[in-house]
Amino acid sequence: MEWEVVIGLEIHVQLATKTKIFSGASTAFGAEPNTQACAVDLALPGTLPVFNENALRMAVMFGLAVNAEIGKRSVFERKNYFYPDLPKGYQTTQLAEPIVGPGFVDIETDEGVQRRVRIHHAHLEEDAGKSLHEDFHGMSGIDLNRAGTPLVEIVSEPDMRSSKEAAAYARKIHAIVTTLGICDGNMAEGSMRCDCNVSVRPKGQEELGTRTELKNINSFRFIERAIDTEVARQIDLIEDGGKVVQETRLYDPDKNETRSMRSKEEANDYRYFPCPDLLPVIIDDSYIEAIRETLPELPDARRDRFMSEYSLSEYDAGVLSAYRPQADYYEQVVKQSGDAKLAANWVMGELAKFLNQNDTDIKDSPVSAEQLGGLLVRIKDNTISGNIAKKVFEIMWSKGGSADEIIEAEGLKQVTDTGAIEKIVDEVIANADKQVEQYKAAEPDKRGKMIGFFMGQVMKATGGKANPGAVTGILKQKLDALCD
Amino acid sequence: MSLDRSDVEQIAHLARLQIDAADIDSYGQSLNSILSLVDQMQATNTEGVEPLAHPLDAVQRLRADEVTESNQREVLQSVAPATEEGLFLVPKVIE
Repeated sequence: MEWEVVIGLEIHVQLATKTKIFSGASTAFGAEPNTQACAVDLALPGTLPVFNENALRMAVMFGLAVNAEIGKRSVFERKNYFYPDLPKGYQTTQLAEPIVGPGFVDIETDEGVQRRVRIHHAHLEEDAGKSLHEDFHGMSGIDLNRAGTPLVEIVSEPDMRSSKEAAAYARKIHAIVTTLGICDGNMAEGSMRCDCNVSVRPKGQEELGTRTELKNINSFRFIERAIDTEVARQIDLIEDGGKVVQETRLYDPDKNETRSMRSKEEANDYRYFPCPDLLPVIIDDSYIEAIRETLPELPDARRDRFMSEYSLSEYDAGVLSAYRPQADYYEQVVKQSGDAKLAANWVMGELAKFLNQNDTDIKDSPVSAEQLGGLLVRIKDNTISGNIAKKVFEIMWSKGGSADEIIEAEGLKQVTDTGAIEKIVDEVIANADKQVEQYKAAEPDKRGKMIGFFMGQVMKATGGKANPGAVTGILKQKLDALCD
Repeated sequence: MSLDRSDVEQIAHLARLQIDAADIDSYGQSLNSILSLVDQMQATNTEGVEPLAHPLDAVQRLRADEVTESNQREVLQSVAPATEEGLFLVPKVIE
């Protein structure tokens, strides 16, 4: 039987506010345990929440960026459950009246599948703390620094039909929130976390199959792998006559399997009700419009502009525009070098290679856009060849310095002086009797290929610094003269 | 709507309340009398009336995104039954 996969995503995005959603405690990452958990975050008696305006503003920015209706009235509710990293015994969240209503984003997979994914809504809520289950004499350790960190939970419609589409959607949301600057996008630190709702149904069937929820997946690669694994499990199960049970499952990347998270299935009953400690949040058109004015150029618009302004392919434009620091870097290199194509090749090629190898974010690149731009200028004006430029880049990366300083200090300047090149060519020819005889014996139309040997010798003698165009011309002229 | 014994047990479990089996019936009766009041209210025609999110006729005030809290861990943890390495310790929980 042919199966159709149906996927919806819930993405939690940690907002890049300085303080918690309902308290003035810092949200900085990596602090000592519980040093950023104040009385409000600990739910001590008598404390009351006060809503952070910046969290509201960021949620509205997101809503505008995904073409959504903004809730001019939104209401916080209590979602009740017990867990030690949730001191109040409830999570303050939104349900019936969220800040962001229905919207959509357009996605495209690597294979060129295009799709519009509808967003059901996005709501504001607070994050929980962290439980550490290492052995504390049979107890668990609780760090509440993260408790109260503002989150936007983005709930999609079940519009995706493959794991690749799900990953493309997550990437698009990542591109949007990082471009807006409302999230640092660091998935390894948990700034963006993803739950995937997955079901399968026979192709052509209208009714949805029973879904499972895959929890807390923290990389794009794992989104794809977890979904593929779970889809295979569901199909096997159904084809063997079994039934999918609605449950929460955990993806184990080491074993590449999903497993049930709760041994006994118990319907969650969160007993939502409006939070009496918080009043309805009311915003007006002028507030929304003022925020709209501040929106930066969004990834889709920037991709389209890169295609039209810089004549980049859709793929290159898509890659370069997906992450704002990279897009900004690229445009700076273009400005500096005046060559959009060359800049794209270097940012996506040599620079990306070094960043990957050293696990470095482009924001922290030891080679600045100005430095790289300066290097490209020297390729363009023939001071150095592309190969020598890679050498210069390597030195730039490890030791710093401008292209001109490195070229000067290392004596890498390309030799374009014809007299100097001629001298070297003469020497090479004089020391290669055998190859010269072969050249003379060859058919004239085969001789072009044989120049390669001499070219190699000249480059060896000059340390790669001779201008390849000039060398070819002189070689050809001198060798052909010997043939007459 | 009427609650039976298992509903009462379920509600107590969700609220992490330990109750005596002998009291379940009387709790059930009390809860049911509250629910019958709710039924009475439900019968009212509320067409065109906006749901009330809060009894106060006011809107939420907003706070500037400025750090106002300093590290008070020592004081705050002085009331905790068990701490170690800056963490609150609780009976082991594994989901």
